[in-house]
Amino acid sequence: MHRLLRILFVLAVTSPLIVNANTHADEGHGGGPETELTPEKQREKNNEFVKHHTKDSHDFGVLVDESEDKHYGFPLPVILYDNGIHFFWSSAFEHGHKVVESNGLYYKLDAHDGKIYKTDEHGHVLKKVVIDEDTKEESLEELMPLDLSITKNVFIIFLMSILMFFLFRGIAKSYRTGLAPTGAAKFFEPIILFIRDDIAIPNIGEKQHKKYMVYLLTVFFFIWFLNLAGMTPLGINVTGNLAVTAALALCTFVITTFTAKKDYWMHIVWMPGVPVPMKIMLFPIEVIGMFVKPFALMIRLYANMLAGHIVLGALIAAVFFFDAFLAKGAFIGLTFFMNIIELLVALLQAYIFTMLTALYFGAAAAEGHH
Amino acid sequence: MVETAAAVKLIGAGLVVIGVGLGIGRIGGSAMDAIARQPEATNKIQTAMLIAAALIEGIGFAALFAV
Amino acid sequence: MDKLLGEFSIGLFFWQTVLFLALLFLLRKFAWKPILDAVNEREDKISGSLEEAEKMKVEMAALKASNEDLLKEARAERDLMIKDAKETASKMIEEAKEKAKVEGSKLLSSAKESINAEKAAAITELKTQVAAFSIEIAEQIVRAELSSADKQKAMADKMAEDINMN
Repeated sequence: MHRLLRILFVLAVTSPLIVNANTHADEGHGGGPETELTPEKQREKNNEFVKHHTKDSHDFGVLVDESEDKHYGFPLPVILYDNGIHFFWSSAFEHGHKVVESNGLYYKLDAHDGKIYKTDEHGHVLKKVVIDEDTKEESLEELMPLDLSITKNVFIIFLMSILMFFLFRGIAKSYRTGLAPTGAAKFFEPIILFIRDDIAIPNIGEKQHKKYMVYLLTVFFFIWFLNLAGMTPLGINVTGNLAVTAALALCTFVITTFTAKKDYWMHIVWMPGVPVPMKIMLFPIEVIGMFVKPFALMIRLYANMLAGHIVLGALIAAVFFFDAFLAKGAFIGLTFFMNIIELLVALLQAYIFTMLTALYFGAAAAEGHH
Repeated sequence: MVETAAAVKLIGAGLVVIGVGLGIGRIGGSAMDAIARQPEATNKIQTAMLIAAALIEGIGFAALFAV
Repeated sequence: MDKLLGEFSIGLFFWQTVLFLALLFLLRKFAWKPILDAVNEREDKISGSLEEAEKMKVEMAALKASNEDLLKEARAERDLMIKDAKETASKMIEEAKEKAKVEGSKLLSSAKESINAEKAAAITELKTQVAAFSIEIAEQIVRAELSSADKQKAMADKMAEDINMN
């Protein structure tokens, strides 16, 4: 297990170099026309490269050979809900080149924003008229089906969940033979104990922390593992997606609200210990605060991870933007440095999310000590 | 007119980011001072520092996304 | 803000929620509960063992103290015994000495007495013998003196002279 972790660490640290190698290979294939790229075109391409790597997609692409328009990777299932369920493989889109017919309806994948639009049989996007309520202006809006596809991110979440399940079940089983930790448990037990002793107990309290431990542990390892998955050269960016962090923050909010004791609601509705006019003034502020807390959780994780990926992507792109050997070397060094920082951020963001979640749980579980 | 509004928004966001930077910097500096003064309380100080920094950071993100 | 909402994908949100909740329940049942139970059990065991060790330590200390006490007592007893023995011995010696002294003096005094008695007896006997000798000598002298008339006369003269002189 330790060896595996070491390999993972080395992989994570050297991942930009691997990506570099891939991109370099792409350029090598390009030959003639690509050398004539103007700086503006190159800049646009770099922008596209960074954006593409932070986005979700309908297939698991590892490598794109632009000169021959070849995509390396494998397709993922597309599930659409549009007057019934439509199911087909993403390879049917041929990366946005082909209109797919399913149960009499036509769909097309937009290669730029990665979304699926409803079209007619010739590939023209269907639009509906929308009337703005304020200005009474009419505008056209593209029709989109409800997209419940197993996208790359869903696939990674699924994969990581399976990994986590077997890893921690294995650790749990290892305790059956003896009380001393063995194998992977040696590495993970201190982390589990850290979450219990340094996050849950100080924030929630000795008596109440037990019922929240399951969620805190799961959310910590879930975020950490997915952050680390984002450090691999596969271009994964799960925790830098608003939908993912929103779901996590919603879970925290729901648990906080439904396990809250009388004290928590008292603090919102009728703040104890302040004069009556203040009580009335504090009520709306506290209500807003109740929703702002999980919102901040959501935005923090999303923005941090997305920003990290954009910075890394930009640095890698800069390696290819400059021709000078010195500049290339400097940017490779900088990328390496940023990767190590991101490795730290991966852990730090998981810690902060768990910490703040525990803090909110602590406020919900507190029992009259004022 | 539209461009002016966008520019004002950007300047506002920039101001917020400056404020957030100063705030987090102060927290970090004070935490360093505190740790230097009481190295045995490092863990507690670090936790408090991270929480405070995370809360301020949230405001920064709110400003950035409002743009 | 519009951009933010544009980023939001309902499909991803749906799958994330479903998968995360499934993971939460599966891990609760198969991982966290057994792990936390095992850790708690171990901690209880460790703290129990530590407590027991502490108790044993106290017990050992008490045992050591009692041992020490016992040893001290024994030592004191021994010292007392030695002292007693010494005292008895010296007393006995003293007594013996005293006795010897008394005996010696008694012996001495009796010896002296007997010596004195012997001496007295010897003196008495000597006296008697001396008296007897003296008488014998005197008899012989008298016999010699009175063996002739001249001598008797001289004697008588002399005696008369002595008386006259007085």
